[in-house]
Amino acid sequence: MDWTNQGIAMANLIINGKTIDVDVEPDTPLLWAIRENAGLTGTKYGCGIAQCGACTVHVDGVAVRSCGMQVGDAFGKQITTIEGLATNGGLHKVQAAWIANDVPQCGYCQSGMIMAVAALLKENPKPTDQDIDEAITNICRCGTFQQVREAIHAAAATI
Amino acid sequence: MNQMPHLSRRAFVVGTASAGLTLGLDIPFGGPALLRAAEGSPEINPPEINAWVVIRPDDTVVIRIARSEMGQGTLTGLAQLVAEELECDWSKVTTEYPTPGQNVARKRAWGDFSTGGSRGIRTSQDYVRKGGATARMMLLQAAANEWKVPVAECSAANSLITHTPSGRAISYGKVAEAAAKLPLPTEVKLKDPKDWKIAGKGVKRLDTVDKTTGKMTYGIDIKLPGLLNAAIKDCPVFGGKLTSFDEAKVIGMKGVKKVVRVSDSAVAVVADTWWHAKTALEALPVVWDEGPNAQVSSASIATWLDQGLDSATPAFIGNQNGDAKAAIEGAARKVEAVYSYPYQNHATMEPLNATALYTADKCEVWCGTQNGEAAFAAVLEASGLPADKCDVHKQILGGGFGRRGQTDYVRQAVAIAKQMPGIPIKLLWSREEDMQHGAYHPITHCKLTGAFDADNNLTALHLRLSGQSILFSLRPQALVNGMDPAAFQGLAASGEAAIGYSVPNLLIEHAMRNPHVPPGFWRGVNVNHNAIYLECFMDELAHAAGQDPVAFRRKLMASHPKHLAVLNAVAEKIGWDQPPPQGVYRGIAQHMGYGSYVAGAAEISVSDGNKIKVHRIIAATDPGYAVNPAQIERQIAGSFVYGLSGLFYGGCTVKDGRIEQSNFDTYNSMRINEMPKVESIIMPSGGFWGGVGEPTICVAAPAVLNAYFAATGKRIRAVPLRDQNISFA
Repeated sequence: MDWTNQGIAMANLIINGKTIDVDVEPDTPLLWAIRENAGLTGTKYGCGIAQCGACTVHVDGVAVRSCGMQVGDAFGKQITTIEGLATNGGLHKVQAAWIANDVPQCGYCQSGMIMAVAALLKENPKPTDQDIDEAITNICRCGTFQQVREAIHAAAATI
Repeated sequence: MNQMPHLSRRAFVVGTASAGLTLGLDIPFGGPALLRAAEGSPEINPPEINAWVVIRPDDTVVIRIARSEMGQGTLTGLAQLVAEELECDWSKVTTEYPTPGQNVARKRAWGDFSTGGSRGIRTSQDYVRKGGATARMMLLQAAANEWKVPVAECSAANSLITHTPSGRAISYGKVAEAAAKLPLPTEVKLKDPKDWKIAGKGVKRLDTVDKTTGKMTYGIDIKLPGLLNAAIKDCPVFGGKLTSFDEAKVIGMKGVKKVVRVSDSAVAVVADTWWHAKTALEALPVVWDEGPNAQVSSASIATWLDQGLDSATPAFIGNQNGDAKAAIEGAARKVEAVYSYPYQNHATMEPLNATALYTADKCEVWCGTQNGEAAFAAVLEASGLPADKCDVHKQILGGGFGRRGQTDYVRQAVAIAKQMPGIPIKLLWSREEDMQHGAYHPITHCKLTGAFDADNNLTALHLRLSGQSILFSLRPQALVNGMDPAAFQGLAASGEAAIGYSVPNLLIEHAMRNPHVPPGFWRGVNVNHNAIYLECFMDELAHAAGQDPVAFRRKLMASHPKHLAVLNAVAEKIGWDQPPPQGVYRGIAQHMGYGSYVAGAAEISVSDGNKIKVHRIIAATDPGYAVNPAQIERQIAGSFVYGLSGLFYGGCTVKDGRIEQSNFDTYNSMRINEMPKVESIIMPSGGFWGGVGEPTICVAAPAVLNAYFAATGKRIRAVPLRDQNISFA
């Protein structure tokens, strides 16, 4: 589709394996297309400038801060949100580790945190503390980092 | 222009409304009476045993929670207390919030909804436990009636009632309907906490699964048929006014429905999506009348506060014994230092939002709030409708930290919805709006003077605060002859925030200076700066006296055994009497707040003279009773992230009357790589109920600053560290 000549267009976004028509301008941040057009609210708005990571999703398997990606750049790509992380009816191992370690407090940042961690473990199934420090840069104002680190190691141990 | 702040009517109304006073609501003092729904009211589905407990035929136990869950675990902790007395099967427990409207309709059956000051559990534990206990007694009675046996022959455990002589058993769900019709017992005996089986244990939170799957609904996620979205901009200068805006420039933009004046200082764009609303708002030409506050800067505020440090100017006395000024005058030696602490923004991860639906005869709001009743009062006032036509549907909060105890965003949502009757309006603040229209941790400066006799005994301490009062702006009715008692948190002579030292001559005073920047309750509130002032200065005094900082403190703490116990606990665990590992330096601090005694000891290393690695912090807390130790550990470690973020990265500065910081790029927050290992010592000594969400936050910063002195010989007396070119390693 030629986005450049169209202020408004129907876009086909592939989210969690389903193709969804969204009526948005191509420069709309992917975050808002996911939340407002696709209606998937597990992905959170925290800053809008790719600082906090609350909006992290996977685009073709890579962790992306969706507030900083335009819909036009996500066209045709496989987008996975927190709602689509679990497959085959069971929880993703990161989600299971999060529950076992009672990680969330307010929980608002945790969708993004879990998506970032899931992407990390796909790349690096046994991350060291230093690997975690470098890869996980999401903000959590409740301060769950101690449990996040424990849960990452716990999830890694199940791989 | 730093004189009396422009105190908007809003500030006064919010303050008084939170006590229900402006609305004439009949709010009883003390705990709520145990009340049951009136016959025929919608709440009376028969399995409601009492206001706190509903038991369904399938044995599901619904525990009603009046306080708000914002991450601090109160929802789970309160449910544990009810379940403990109820003797129910914990695996069958679920929770629900009654609405503020139901609370009013039922003569405040659930008491106070406000969730701040670390009060969620400690000020309602008595009556929620009684709620559980009376429900258990009624279920037992119902079973005894069914079996036609004396109730004394029956016992309850794990949602099952057993008639001991015959061995018969029946589950709660089977007798709930009969129990609900029995009279409420008046004599209720609560368990001794040493017999607790569910309370006092680190059981898992009840709200975790939905928070890991994206299913949890926060205010920002509300969906209603026909809902429109609003983005708002308030005058960037506090106290300024909205002069005009040019709606024609944006009304044709995609999705835009309306541009509305929200108050005398704000404008909002309403659109199909929030992204469209925000995009149009940014394009909207707006003219502000910034008013005289536009002259104020951080420098002008600092000058004004420094003047308040002069002993010749008036001040409120919060604590005194002996004659500190005379003792300092005649001392063999004195030590003096000036400290300061800046404005801080709450920056809850979920930006402020509220959804309002207004019709001519009804107004409903969906939002996260720390004070459902204050939000309800705000809805009444903003809508102009009576209490029986309004309600607030509380949502799980994406962080509160004190910010969501205020109702500005609720009021705004109703003001917008009122201009578009019949259409649900979701108002969402941008992060930039949130950063620039906060309810900021108050700014203070502090001058401390200590005096020694010839034998290096501390003979006098004079601590003089100059700065902002939260109560002055938000709860003027709580001032005592103009004085803000909360300004002396952790420095008071007695009570739930008492100083832990006895000094022969002591003077603690507060020169109130209220700049125009609106203050608020920021997690920990006044203990954040008071603990830095007192505990860093204690470290200065110890070094001036040539004494070990722990030994120096202990000499002053003989009459404060609970303060001393937590200090000793962290000193012992960190191995204070042994030297730290090579290149590692230690600092220590203790304080009291919210009824709990707290202490912290930090181990840090410093590279290049200005890069700090905080390796670990030992933290001790004595909250009297520990309802969920696992959640207390999380509150301690989590509060350190909040407090240390404020120490290293925080600080909101004022230029041209407005806050300069606008997002996490200019107001940063700690990440996982900066997180120290936090080891908690939870040492409840019983006999009192202290809070756990806030108190411990205050010892992390002074412990780290004292360790920084140990490492470098340099005293840091101003926050944030980024302004002093000091960062995390």
